Amino acid sequence: MEPVMNIDGLSTEFFTEEGTVRAVDNVSFKIGRGETVCIVGESGCGKSVTAMSVMGLVEEPGGRVTGGRIGFQGEDLLRLDKNSLRSIRGHEIAMIFQEPMSSLNPVMKIGEQIMEPLSVHLKMNKKQARSRAIELITQVGISRPEQIMGSYPHELSGGMLQRIMIAIAVSCSPKLLIADEPTTALDVTIQAQILDLLRGLKEDSGMSILLITHDLGVVAEMADYVIVMYSGQIVEEGGVVELFQNPQHPYTRGLLKSKPVMGQRLEELYSIPGQVPSPLALTPSCYFHDRCGHCMPVCRTRQPLLKETGNGQKVSCWLYEEAELYV
Amino acid sequence: MSEALLEVKHLKKYFPVKQGLLGRTAGHVKAVDDVSITLRPGETFGLVGESGSGKSTVGRTILRLTDKTDGEVRFKGTDIHSLSAAEMRLIRPQMQLIFQDPYSALNPRIRIGDAIGEALLDHGLCTKAEVRSLVLEALEACGLSAYHIDRFPHEFSGGQRQRIGIARALILNPDLIVADEPVSALDVSIQAQIINLFSRLQQSKGLAYLFISHDLSVVEHLCTSIGVMYLGSIVETATRDELFLHPLHPYTKALLSAVPVPVPRLKRERIVLTGDIPSPANPPSGCKFHTRCPFALEVCKAEIPLLRDAGAGHLVACHLA
Repeated sequence: MEPVMNIDGLSTEFFTEEGTVRAVDNVSFKIGRGETVCIVGESGCGKSVTAMSVMGLVEEPGGRVTGGRIGFQGEDLLRLDKNSLRSIRGHEIAMIFQEPMSSLNPVMKIGEQIMEPLSVHLKMNKKQARSRAIELITQVGISRPEQIMGSYPHELSGGMLQRIMIAIAVSCSPKLLIADEPTTALDVTIQAQILDLLRGLKEDSGMSILLITHDLGVVAEMADYVIVMYSGQIVEEGGVVELFQNPQHPYTRGLLKSKPVMGQRLEELYSIPGQVPSPLALTPSCYFHDRCGHCMPVCRTRQPLLKETGNGQKVSCWLYEEAELYV
Repeated sequence: MSEALLEVKHLKKYFPVKQGLLGRTAGHVKAVDDVSITLRPGETFGLVGESGSGKSTVGRTILRLTDKTDGEVRFKGTDIHSLSAAEMRLIRPQMQLIFQDPYSALNPRIRIGDAIGEALLDHGLCTKAEVRSLVLEALEACGLSAYHIDRFPHEFSGGQRQRIGIARALILNPDLIVADEPVSALDVSIQAQIINLFSRLQQSKGLAYLFISHDLSVVEHLCTSIGVMYLGSIVETATRDELFLHPLHPYTKALLSAVPVPVPRLKRERIVLTGDIPSPANPPSGCKFHTRCPFALEVCKAEIPLLRDAGAGHLVACHLA
């Protein structure tokens, strides 16, 4: 089946005083219909910038998408003009963010904010939009929808606001929902509610989800396919079960081992030594080499490529290319 | 069993709600409502709960960064809320605080060597000549290097800044450290480094921690006993093994089942709570949890359940447990 989105060789750069930072470096992946793809990684790995690039939210002069192709319904989003992109954003591709409070307009009633995309994209009249908005609020599990329609964002809790954001995002039945750390600012009990809601909506509507998170627990619960990013590149990807059962890249292994897990008592947690390299000081090498316990001379001088290793997994690490090196 | 280092008894902290032109007190937000904690040297007490449950206020009231409304905080036998300002100053070095966001806790214009050594000089605990070597020692204990001493906070990453925050508390040689969400702002790989640092320092120096966190997996890893807070009160408290293996309160069970576990396709029995945590200014009657509790009975709406011993020091406040 044709994937919903096909990202090929995406690169995004930011221009800072100290130099050019390549925040996303040659990233390619596909999102299938009804599939949940998770991008996981630590701060600064480029996971959010990938999402922003897809939505066309990286703006000059600060930064620019410098290469690649984002295929969506037979078109390349990177080559669309502003108007065509606007008719897709919020309609066929929707996005929710970490901070629902800062994504909503504080001086506009909730109802108006839900009705806005309905009248803009679906050309509904006021009455239709209003009744659809009430339906949507009920659908995301909020009682008293009429009252909520007339409330302002500050009157609602973080969990409620995130539900409203989700209601707005799914209002035009998007083919793809991009969720950037949607539960990071929420308490665990509320997080469980929101994740349940997202799963339910996905099952009902068949939309695809691109979920960006740093939490491996959330990944295990939500993902069909997982992409692990480090310093702007994909270091490993694969089906969720395979990746958790048989992580191959030393970084993925390290991440999985360093998370304390309930019910597993350890004297000391495994920790990955050192920290993420500065994006300004990257040289052609495996970017993980100075934190890696398996570092070899080749890791310092040449960049490994992302290659299939069977099981549908791909990994970019010299450990899995030894054979080739000695030929 | 050794003598308690910290004994908190029936601690209450109410914030007045002012209303109208004259600032009349219209009611109280019961941020902390009858909390008791005992902590012995070398132990870690974990305080968990959702945002707004009052866990940070407990920490701040224990350190007397804010005044109590009622109850008692005894540190090494002394009721610290009865001390004068001068006496309090003498005892402060022994009880230190580590914050969630170490960046906003550091003055951006002060070199970190000075920031770490400042308290020592202020309290007259060492001479100017000694301070540098003590700072170096603290830096090293926290996994930083000697050349960091003359740098400014912005030159450090989040994990390193948290190490600075720890070094700053540690240099005073405290007996008690209140750590308020110290690893919540950090990435997983860095979080593990800081958690290990906490354990190592505890073993080498016999520190006691009051560890405030919303992350149950971190709490399970670090704490010897745990208290679960909901709307200002402790609803369940027990040793780590008891609490994680035999949780009794429905809220504790819900919290435990809500934590995502990094095992795909895991089938778990899950208690999903409906709704949000109610406003502490207007808490529900009876058991404060009854509005979200899947097992609530009539009695829960009317009567406040008291903390009672369910065996072996496992305390729970629930009509059903």
